[in-house]
Amino acid sequence: MSATDRNLLEVDNLTISYRVEDQWIPAVRDFRLRLQPGQIVGLVGESGSGKSTVALALMHYLSSNGRVESGGRLQFDDEDLLRKSNAEMRQLWAKRIKFVPQNAAAALNPSIKIGRQVMEVLKAAEGIDGHEAYSRMMQMFHDVNLVDPERVAERYPHELSGGMQQRVTIAMALISNPELLIMDEPTTGLDVTTEAVILDLVRGLISERDTGVVYITHNLGVVAQLCERVLVLYAGEIMEEASVLDLFQHPRHPYTLGLISSVPKPGQNKSAAQLQSIAGNPPALTRIPGGCVFAERCPLVIDLCRERKPPLETLGDGRLVRCHRWEEMEEGVLSSPPIPRPLVPPVNPPRLSGGVPQGGKGRKTLHPITSGGNWSGGNGQTLMQVSDLMKHFPVERNLREILGRTEPSPIRAVDGVDLQLRAGQTLGLVGESGSGKTTLARLIIGLEERSGGGLQLLGMDVRNSVRERSQDVLSKLQMVFQNPQNSLNPYLSVRQTIRRPLMKLRGFSAAAADAEALALLERVNLRAEYAERYPDELSGGEKQRVAIARAFASDPDLIICDEPVSALDVSVQSAVLNLLAALQDDHGSAYLFISHNLSVVGYLADTIAVMYLGQLFEVGEARELFQAPYHPYTEALVSAIPVPDPLHSSERILLSDDLPSAQNLPSGCRFHTRCPRKIGEICETDEPPWRQGDAGHLIRCHIPLEELTIAQSGLIPLDAVD
Amino acid sequence: MKLETISRLYVAIKRTARSQLRHPQSAAGTLLVAFFLILALFGPQLAPHRNPNDQSHDVRVPPTLDLGALQLGEHPFGTDRLGRDVYSRVILGAGSIFRIAGLGTLISVILGSALGLFMGYQGGWVDEVIGRVIDALLAIPALLLALVLIGIIRNLDFAAGSWQAALADNVILLVISVLYIPIVARVARSTTLDIKTREFVEAAQIRGESQFYIIFREILPSVIPSLVVEASLRFSYAIFLVASLGFLGFGARPPSPDWGLMVNENRGGFYQLTPWALEFPALAIAILVIAVNLMSDGIRRAVQKGT
Repeated sequence: MSATDRNLLEVDNLTISYRVEDQWIPAVRDFRLRLQPGQIVGLVGESGSGKSTVALALMHYLSSNGRVESGGRLQFDDEDLLRKSNAEMRQLWAKRIKFVPQNAAAALNPSIKIGRQVMEVLKAAEGIDGHEAYSRMMQMFHDVNLVDPERVAERYPHELSGGMQQRVTIAMALISNPELLIMDEPTTGLDVTTEAVILDLVRGLISERDTGVVYITHNLGVVAQLCERVLVLYAGEIMEEASVLDLFQHPRHPYTLGLISSVPKPGQNKSAAQLQSIAGNPPALTRIPGGCVFAERCPLVIDLCRERKPPLETLGDGRLVRCHRWEEMEEGVLSSPPIPRPLVPPVNPPRLSGGVPQGGKGRKTLHPITSGGNWSGGNGQTLMQVSDLMKHFPVERNLREILGRTEPSPIRAVDGVDLQLRAGQTLGLVGESGSGKTTLARLIIGLEERSGGGLQLLGMDVRNSVRERSQDVLSKLQMVFQNPQNSLNPYLSVRQTIRRPLMKLRGFSAAAADAEALALLERVNLRAEYAERYPDELSGGEKQRVAIARAFASDPDLIICDEPVSALDVSVQSAVLNLLAALQDDHGSAYLFISHNLSVVGYLADTIAVMYLGQLFEVGEARELFQAPYHPYTEALVSAIPVPDPLHSSERILLSDDLPSAQNLPSGCRFHTRCPRKIGEICETDEPPWRQGDAGHLIRCHIPLEELTIAQSGLIPLDAVD
Repeated sequence: MKLETISRLYVAIKRTARSQLRHPQSAAGTLLVAFFLILALFGPQLAPHRNPNDQSHDVRVPPTLDLGALQLGEHPFGTDRLGRDVYSRVILGAGSIFRIAGLGTLISVILGSALGLFMGYQGGWVDEVIGRVIDALLAIPALLLALVLIGIIRNLDFAAGSWQAALADNVILLVISVLYIPIVARVARSTTLDIKTREFVEAAQIRGESQFYIIFREILPSVIPSLVVEASLRFSYAIFLVASLGFLGFGARPPSPDWGLMVNENRGGFYQLTPWALEFPALAIAILVIAVNLMSDGIRRAVQKGT
């Protein structure tokens, strides 16, 4: 990386407003940025913080109801972008300034073949056409690790997976060797495994070029792993700017500290401590407070903060911070909980292959059901037992199949899952999208009818669909949904939403239900006045609290949480996780907690099950998940977590981003097509056996556990500082 | 109705009104519709001659309306060849067109949305069968279907006072319902298909709510905005249909002051004698249809913004 002093991008006093109903609302105020060639600067903020607005303004590409207020400066190289007309900007966009969007599927034209779209970029940028453009494109596709580039070029966007589409947009952005690249959450919609691959790619590609990158994200883990400098944005203002190391180790702004400590780290569990969280919600842009924008939520707030807006001060070491009390922060007036490190509990030195690990009955193959289910290690009776559960979605026959009178093979979304859950425990279910975890949840709750297998609740068989289930079963099983936007009826008030299950499932009278609804609101930390509000008057986190209150209303034994925090901002997410943990303590309800985020699952779960293509591949205690031996798939998932700690470096295990189709499952071990530890033909022909490790830890793999342990123990090196 | 429902309704109306004002053309449309509504409600009080068939005036008097001087005069729209005051007849005609088109729209929206909600929520073969029937109905040209229905029903001989006779008297209402129930049902169905996958509906399912409760308490409120838009659109088509049937001689019978009928009665050779007797009712039809369309544009805009 070239460390010149020349700034590629210099931004000062940038204020961006949007027109809303005849009023100009300043969405971003007094923004400032310095970017050098070859540098990656991260722009972090929660939703509504204005980070995407900044991205668009840097491109000089605001929508027609947005404008940059006068007095700002936006200098790119030696060009003053604010003075440019659209026609002049177009020349810059064609070659020198590029953008990678969040939603690659929407950014690619669905009716033009990939190859033509990419070559069009070259033609616009450099006037190159034909063979030369094609070979440049092939080179670029090769650089972004697209497998089989010739075929990719001949395809339409919808024929590519999400990860491949994002690679294509990155290829499109980099093919003209731009000087400035703006990436707006390019990995947000992708699985961790794919995200890891893309981040790796970006890091590699940027270090080869002199491109300056502004990387926008809400994910602190991504920032820590990728960026050199970081700007923290809150409610449209810069709170802090620092090098990534300084920011994570010595945050000078209470907001930064709050953000960092509210993210659960891999291996952090509820049994150790609550997550830190930031109370309250960001201010509405129409009502920006006169003082510090963060004052309402700040643990360090003093009267001065509400009266006077703190200036953006430059600290000695080139850092910027906007806080009246940064000096006290420097002295450590607020401290973050120590990051649980070592991330991976120290593994004993590799044993010689002859040694048998204690307790490990490595060679013995076991079925989780016949193993007696003692893996949870917990006490309490068995609440739910799932045996050989299956869901096959039939596929409509196409013309050839109708003519040939053949039946298409069904989509095997869930294909023989055995699970046990004890009362009051949390079972975490992880896997990539498409692994069948949501279908499994819907089978258990009864929204989907199972094709085979059994489901028992407290020893009693449970009927297939909700329509056939008794009131008693219904009240014992509840669910918290993923999307808070859709999980509450917009036309019912909070009180109406919560009291309905009380009346329906617990037989409360209207008056008693109203009283109980208020009590439930209090338990999810919402004030009584929220009872009369409607969902559009609530923030995402508040909606999810109401949804949790509704789920607890029938006093259920088991609550299925399907990605309950993945749509929430980090600062809100931790509060909801704490709430779930606290409610579980009070009520003794069990959770089936589904998430693609391993750190979140690891925080809340007692037991974790790893799912891949409709089957479980590993079941064990939560802390076991983060240490060897892992199933190779789990290993890849764990290694792909972007850890919010810049000092954490791990050797990532990169999986190709193509999950095989659940209609056409691979033979033998379903994971063999992507497995980095495939041992040979046996993986392709034989289904792997369950192997039992310590404390009932179960792994379904052809590799014996002791060999896995040896191979994996050195894999994720301990942090350099330790 | 509970207080909170009223306040929600009030907010919705206020928002609609405000968005109407921001677009002058839809505000103008709404005002014009309101103006015609007043004519329809208070026609007998507003018309100078309460009896539309009062032939006591001079025949073929040209319009005395003077827009420059803002004066109505004796017969603002003139009189027709039978000596009837065209101005009074146009005012009195508003009532019948609003009643038939409005009532017909209301019936088709209520029944059509119930049908659409049921189809959409139920899905499966129920949806399939009803859907095909609807497709078949919609494949027949609307006016043709209307004429056939009217022809059949009017030619049946019913005992006076029986419900069949009452039906025959209101055959146009029946025609509007038959024509528009399927269209409204389609709109309600497609919105229902979207809403029923929302998680709050699933939350209702997992607490064992009845189908009736889910359809009417959970789904219906979210479907209402698109139904309101569709209703205003159906209303404008219904006005047009009523006027067309009147013109073709299948609607109101002479000598009732129906706009379409008035246009029909005064066309051909009579047009040379008393062009005003045709032009003013035709103008009334055109203005009302345009006004309802502008209004429904405004409603659609307000509703879309709200969601």
